[in-house]
Order: sequence, then C-alpha cells, then structure tokens
Amino acid sequence: MIEVDHVTKRFGNITAVRNVTFHVEKGEILGFLGPNAAGKTTTMRIITAFLPATSGTVRVAGNDVFEKSIAVRERIGYLPENVPLYNHMKVKDYLRFVSRVKGIDDRNRDSRLEHAIELCSIGDVRETIIGKLSKGYKQRVGLAQALIHDPDVLILDEPTNGLDPKQIIEVRELIKNLGGDRTIIVSSHILPEVSMTCGRVVIINEGEVVAEDTPENLTAKLKGSESLFLRIEGSPEGILSTIKAVPGVMSVTTNGEGGYEVDSDVGQDVRRDLAATLVGQGWGLLEMRPIGMSLEEIYLKLTTREESEV
Amino acid sequence: MANNPGNTQMRKSLAILEKELEAYFVSPIAYAVITVFLLLSGFFFYNILSYFNLQCLQYSQYPYMLEQLNVNEMVMRPLFHNMAIIILLITPLLTMRLFAEERRSGTIELLMTSPVTHWQVTLGKFGACFIVYALMVGITLLYTAVLMMHGEPDFGPILSGYLGLLLMGAAFISVGLLASSFTENQIVAAVISFGALLLFYMIGWLSNFVGTTMGEILSYLSIVEHLDDFVKGVIDTKDIVFYVSFVLFGIFVTVRSVESSTWR
Ligand SMILES: Nc1ncnc2c1ncn2[C@@H]1O[C@H](COP(=O)(O)OP(=O)(O)O)[C@@H](O)[C@H]1O
Ligand SMILES: [Mg+2]
Repeated sequence: MIEVDHVTKRFGNITAVRNVTFHVEKGEILGFLGPNAAGKTTTMRIITAFLPATSGTVRVAGNDVFEKSIAVRERIGYLPENVPLYNHMKVKDYLRFVSRVKGIDDRNRDSRLEHAIELCSIGDVRETIIGKLSKGYKQRVGLAQALIHDPDVLILDEPTNGLDPKQIIEVRELIKNLGGDRTIIVSSHILPEVSMTCGRVVIINEGEVVAEDTPENLTAKLKGSESLFLRIEGSPEGILSTIKAVPGVMSVTTNGEGGYEVDSDVGQDVRRDLAATLVGQGWGLLEMRPIGMSLEEIYLKLTTREESEV
Repeated sequence: MANNPGNTQMRKSLAILEKELEAYFVSPIAYAVITVFLLLSGFFFYNILSYFNLQCLQYSQYPYMLEQLNVNEMVMRPLFHNMAIIILLITPLLTMRLFAEERRSGTIELLMTSPVTHWQVTLGKFGACFIVYALMVGITLLYTAVLMMHGEPDFGPILSGYLGLLLMGAAFISVGLLASSFTENQIVAAVISFGALLLFYMIGWLSNFVGTTMGEILSYLSIVEHLDDFVKGVIDTKDIVFYVSFVLFGIFVTVRSVESSTWR
C-alpha cells in the first residue's frame, strides 16, 4: 500500500533522511520509531506530499505521491506533529471546513462528520472553541480531521506526544480501533508506545533505517549490551578488578595505554556507579563516554525517555 | 463525488474563501482597518467639501464662475486620490495574515496535504480579502449621497472611479498576498507589501527625469497613475489591461511562491 524507496531529503547541506526504504502492506499498522531529529517527521511529510524528496520515490496505492499528488492526498489522512488547528473556530466548524476542503459532498458531510466525532469521542466539545480545549482533546480533534474523509491510509506523527498517561492510553486504543482495513503509520520516539499498537516497527536514526522487525524480535535483538570507553590513570590490574566489581558490568578490556572498554547490561546505566567507585578508590578518571551509535544505545534512548516521561 | 468535477473544485476554493472571511471578522483587524479607513476618508471628504462650499459662496455673485465649479472635478477627484493613498497604506494590514499565519500556526500543513491545489487556496484567499476590501470601499458610496445634497454630481465618473478603486485594490491585494507567502511573520509581510506598493506608486515620479520611452514605461507601471483615467470618467482598456494583468501575475507568482515555500 505504501512503498518508500531510496528516499533521501536534504535541507541545504543537512541530510535529514538518507536512502530510506520500507514498504507497508494494506491493513498493517507500522511503528516508525526513532529518537528526536531522526527524520521521522521529514519522512512522513514526504509520504503525504507536503515535501518533495530530493531523490527516491514514494508510492501510495500505486500512485507516485509527487506526480499524482492530489489523487494520493484524497486517500491519505495525516495528523502532523504540530496539530494544524484554527484556534478561533468551534470544533464542528473546523471539521466542517476540513470536510469541504477534502471534497466531501454535501449529502455525505453530516454523516462523515458525526462518524469522525464519534470515533474520536469529541461529541461533548463539538460546540467548544478549539483554542480552549485541553491538549488531549486537541489531539483528538486533529485525529478526527485526519479521519473525516475515511482515508485508506493514515499517517500519524507522534500522536501521543505531550499527552498525560491516561490520554496516551485512550489514543492508543483509538489507533488500534482504527486499524482493520486501514493502513497506518504511527511515529514515536518511545519504544513501548509502538510495540503496543504496531505489528511491525521500523527504526530510524540520524536519517537512516537501522532496523525493521516485529516489536518482540526487536526488543530481544536490541537487548544486547552497551559499551563505554574510559580513560583512567593508575595501574591496569587494580583498575580492571575495581571495574569488574561494579554491579551491572559484564566485561572489561584495556588497550594498555590507560584506555578501557566496559560492556554492561542494557537498561542499567552503570556510569554513575562506575565513576563513584573509581574515584572512591583513588583512581584518576580522565574520561568516560559511550562508544559509537549502536542499536543498543538507540534502544536505550528510546526506553529511557519513556521512563522519564510516564 | 459530484457529477461535475469543476463544480467540486470551485467549492474547495469557496470553502477557503468563507474560512478567510470568517477569520477577518473574528479578529479585530478587519474592523480596525475599515474604521480607520472610513474615519480618514471621511475627514478628507469633509475638508474637501467645506472648501468647495466656500468657493461656491465666494463666487455666488458671478453666475459664470459658479458654472465652472464642478462637483466631480472639485470634490470627487481629490477624494478618490486621497482614498487611493489611504488604501495603499492600509491594504498590507488586510493581506499580511493570509499565508503568514497559516505558516506560523502550522495549518499550512493541513491545507497542503489536503486534496486542494495551490491555485484553489490562493484564489480563495484573494477572493476573501477582495470582498472585505470592496465592502470597505463600498461604504464610502454614502459620501456620494451627501454630495447630492450639495450639488448635482455626474454619476458616470463616480461609478467609473469606483471601478478604478476596485481594480487598483485588487492589484494591491495581489502584492500583499505574495508578500504574505514569503514569511511566517505577519509584520514582516506587511512591511514587505507596504514597501513594494510604495515603490510601485513612486515609480511614476521618476518618469519626469528619464528619457521619454523609459518615462512612458515607468509611468505605465505606476500603480496609482492608472486610476486617474477612471476618476475622470474614462474607462480605457489600457488601464483595465494593466490592472487585470497585474493581478493575474501577482496571483501566479504567489502560487509559485507557496509551492516552493515547502521545497527548501
Ligand atoms: N525545514 C527544515 N529545514 C532545515 N532542516 C530541517 C527542516 N526540517 C527538518 N530539518 C532537520 O532534519 C532533521 C530531521 O528532522 P525531523 O524529520 O523533524 O526529525 P524527527 O521528526 O524524527 O524528530 C533534523 O536535524 C532537523 O533539524
Ligand atoms: Mg518529528
């Protein structure tokens, strides 16, 4: 249903998305996961024909989004990251405006409107001025806007971002219910967020796809270990045994010139304990930094956010 | 969908137009602009009319001189010119919001990912602004009613003058619309369109200092100069062609600008 092939997008000399390829089958809910600035929004904007790609192609239901832009837009419902609302309008007037712009004819308008309002449970605020709504309601009005023309494809950019835990659960439920015939892409920077709603997850980091699998497999694959590089002054034997004694450390190696590589369990940040122990025992800790940008670290980024936010 | 695709397309423009009209009257901007315009033009009208009445009084002993005093020439013509200047100063305030606000609030993303073309969006916005403008200028027809109590104005030049004002305003709006598509800051949009309009206004002054051919070109480009024929009661195709092509060109460039604003 959605075919993203070798898409690259450059803004000046920043490459926001690099050679991204993934396909989504009809009826599938795909999680599009990545830390901030990974290129999620940019990719979604290209799929929805808001931005043209620098190179590569995107097809929705066989239509090139750039060449058959209007035909594609008729089939896509899009909830941008910044929910596009006119704050001075009442909810129902806003949805009516959107339905007209999307070309729903007069005969079907009221029934489509009611259906979207019911799906997103915003019946009790239909007469409210949008500017006065809570964040959760605004998000749901944004969803209703995306759904109003009954699109085959839904593109939702971080639909639960900034909501409180109760609202997050409601929106997740809603997304699950929207599945079925519809093809959905949901982006998030939080792993558990997509693992609960999506059948498959694509992970993007620094503009590139780094993994693609079911949430279960990904979680297993990702839970490897994490590496730190340390530079320490002192005798290597003593330092090695000190580091090994820190809880969570799996292995440690030295390059013989005061550099050490420490592997530890993921999900358990050993840096604080490590530093405290080393300094406590009088070793001169000169440097400590994570190594490279491994899947493990991406995983860590994606999971620790959840803990701090929820 | 409807059987007539053209009709469906029109409706989308109409939806944008209605939304913009509503936005004008939800915010205080339209009211403020219209009020200021009416106050200023009313002030000019009163002054000009008082002067005219004074002259009539002075020449009341001399029937021949009195005959020479023409309401159209002495009241409506200066009034139209004063209104043109006020309009030049205030239309940027009507146009600044049109695209800049959509860009600032992110609603441009909704419009540009909905099945509407850039033309439909741009024409809808232009139409809404033009309606507000026509309303504003239309209210001043009341002055003409006042005029009838003071003399016997010739309606021909008044009507053609208003036609000229509408055409000129449409040209101003197309400049402002373009400026608004450049930025997400309304003030910047207003400043750009104000500067551009002033330039198009002053360009005619230069014509006195340059060669004849160049001078003719410059005065042809002068956006307010073409109003003069209309005010005199002359509807010249050359003036209509100027304004209409100016507007079409402005809208065309705006559409291109909106298209490319997301391309960077
Ligand atoms: N319009 C733009 N102009 C310049 N750089 C941009 C633009 N949009 C996005 N970027 C850059 O592209 C990168 C990816 O951004 P984005 O797609 O928004 O990431 P995400 O949605 O995953 O947080 C970021 O580094 C961002 O600064
Ligand atoms: Mg984003």
